[in-house]
Amino acid sequence: MNWLSLSRWSPYVVGAGIGILIWLSFIFSNRPIGCSTAYARVSGMVEKLFRGRRVEQKAYYRQYVPRLGWEIMLIAGVMLGALASSMLSGTFELEVIPALWQRAFGPDILVRLAAAALGGFFIGFGARMAGGCTSGHGISGTLQLAVGSWLALICFFAGGAVTAMFLYVFLGGI
Amino acid sequence: MLDMVRENRRMRLLTALAIGLAFGFLLDKGGATEYEVIVNQLLMRDFTVLKIILSAILTGMIGVYVLVSRGIADLSPKPCITWAIVTGGLVFGAGFAILGYCPGTMAGAVGTGSIHAAAGMLGILVGAGAYASVYPWVRKRLHVMDHGSITIPDALGVNPWVVVCGVAVAIIGCLYLIETMP
Repeated sequence: MNWLSLSRWSPYVVGAGIGILIWLSFIFSNRPIGCSTAYARVSGMVEKLFRGRRVEQKAYYRQYVPRLGWEIMLIAGVMLGALASSMLSGTFELEVIPALWQRAFGPDILVRLAAAALGGFFIGFGARMAGGCTSGHGISGTLQLAVGSWLALICFFAGGAVTAMFLYVFLGGI
Repeated sequence: MLDMVRENRRMRLLTALAIGLAFGFLLDKGGATEYEVIVNQLLMRDFTVLKIILSAILTGMIGVYVLVSRGIADLSPKPCITWAIVTGGLVFGAGFAILGYCPGTMAGAVGTGSIHAAAGMLGILVGAGAYASVYPWVRKRLHVMDHGSITIPDALGVNPWVVVCGVAVAIIGCLYLIETMP
């Protein structure tokens, strides 16, 4: 079982494995894999803690009911699966500032955490507006040959590449 | 048997957890839970992420279309709401570059000990909640070009297998180009 403790597998093996997981998802749950819906539901659940049941009256939460479901279990699994993998390969490590960020923008922890939270905000807002993320549109949607998902995948990477060039190359000088 | 797994609530949740476990394991083994791997993909200095995505699409597409043609599973393509996808997609891309993770890989990264991914998770919850609040407004303005759940074979009016073969060839061609790049 040495391969379980390798820190990296070939990206083709990983990609094919994810493709097979999507077969399993269609076989056992008759649905594709997506990640961003879980955050919308959890966000609604948190809001419900503060504002009570009237949150469920919002048009968006009538469509995506804020309760524990398939997507949230998937995300919990992803966390645990990555934890298991990094434990087996000995790569588990607390990381606050990645080296590449530090070279571009210095070692200030608050700057990195604030930027990460802002990036997360854009991701949450953008993914829900687009109707999915790199998993739901980018992999599961494109492989069903959905026109909108191919458009979304192109926009994710176009927006990502332009922002990354501006941020890390132009501003950060790396 | 399959109906029981699909319809029983507890079985559905357990299935999702099991698929998630394997998904997180694979994302980490592929290096996709690492900030630098993702940022270097966006800077086009490392093509690991694209290799994973393209080979997942290739494998998944063939299997899913076999399942659908045998009547085992149903397609559920997301609607093509052009302006919402373009605007949301570009905003997502900007966040993707700043955070260096996407919704799935950030969950994986939190599992491998990334503290800044956890900050990103707080951000994504606030962002998703903010979208829920402005959804009625956005719906009125950006949901004007809604083409419904259209697929490429629908749009072209051809047999799905023609498109499956075409996309498979295109993906293999792309991967070949990536591998032979100087």
